[in-house]
Amino acid sequence: MKITVNGDLRAVPDGLSLKGLLDTLELDSRMVVVEHNRTIVRRPELDSTNLADGDQIELVHFVGGG
Amino acid sequence: MTASVDQSSDTELTVGGRTFRSRLMVGTGKYSDNQTMIDAIDASRAEVVTVAVRRVDLDRTKDEGILYHLDLEKYFLLANTAGCYTADEAVRYARLAREAGFNEFIKLEVIGDQETLLPDTRDLLEASKILADEGFKVMAYTNDDLITALRLEDAGCAAVMPLASPIGSGLGLLNPYHIREIKRRLSVPVIVDAGVGTASDACATMEQGVDGILMNTAIAEAQNPVAMGRAMGLAVEAGRLAYLAGRMPKREIAVPSSPTHGLLD
Repeated sequence: MKITVNGDLRAVPDGLSLKGLLDTLELDSRMVVVEHNRTIVRRPELDSTNLADGDQIELVHFVGGG
Repeated sequence: MTASVDQSSDTELTVGGRTFRSRLMVGTGKYSDNQTMIDAIDASRAEVVTVAVRRVDLDRTKDEGILYHLDLEKYFLLANTAGCYTADEAVRYARLAREAGFNEFIKLEVIGDQETLLPDTRDLLEASKILADEGFKVMAYTNDDLITALRLEDAGCAAVMPLASPIGSGLGLLNPYHIREIKRRLSVPVIVDAGVGTASDACATMEQGVDGILMNTAIAEAQNPVAMGRAMGLAVEAGRLAYLAGRMPKREIAVPSSPTHGLLD
């Protein structure tokens, strides 16, 4: 299936969870906040939230700013 | 005996129920490298450091997140909504920032114009109400307008942050009268955010009686950011002390400092 992650289309295995996506991308879930189709997904729910074709994912973190 | 005036006689800065050890807050953007940023912030002795919310760079072409560089035991993270131009965007960014799990504070920015980066006070007010109702401690970046500042306080903001001059301009405190009026009329802390260019600007701003200053570019873009960090820390303390001390009156005539008697014939 195809999902959009941070604006880019990506092919991922069917039924992948958000935690699985983070693992694939080698991201530490403690360092990232996940938005799934415009809804924030809390860390304990990342494992049980499965992705579907066409989903929109935003992965954000803190960067330097004023 | 003269009264002892030192910082022990000052009250601490408290915003939204949390007390901070320094009245200087600093940004983490625009530094040439992370080590310079860390050293400059350390030299400034600031406790509150601001950070921005952005997409993770999945190609790893840029540097990793700032949390890998900051000592979170030492600093209080204040996330901002920089880059947002509408209330909806700012609310979205604030919620994402809170989910990072550090605190309920948000430095709320809603920009109204790309050229001046001046705030859109209508959307700022709208976002402030929404976020304050959701339990955020909103620190609202605004212009130096008293009426807007009063409305932000009414909306439930934990602090109001009027600008000294536009973001990144380094033009210093353009309107000390407006800043004094905002401080005089508000009950919540007033923290001047943006525009100071050098230590004298910071000192003069604190001398207006405001509760603190937030700055980024003045330190990050100094020729020596670490030295400027220390200068800013000292200037904020000096300005605060001078405000508490109470300055002498200004006179249009000279008054001698040495005795006028006992002079030789």
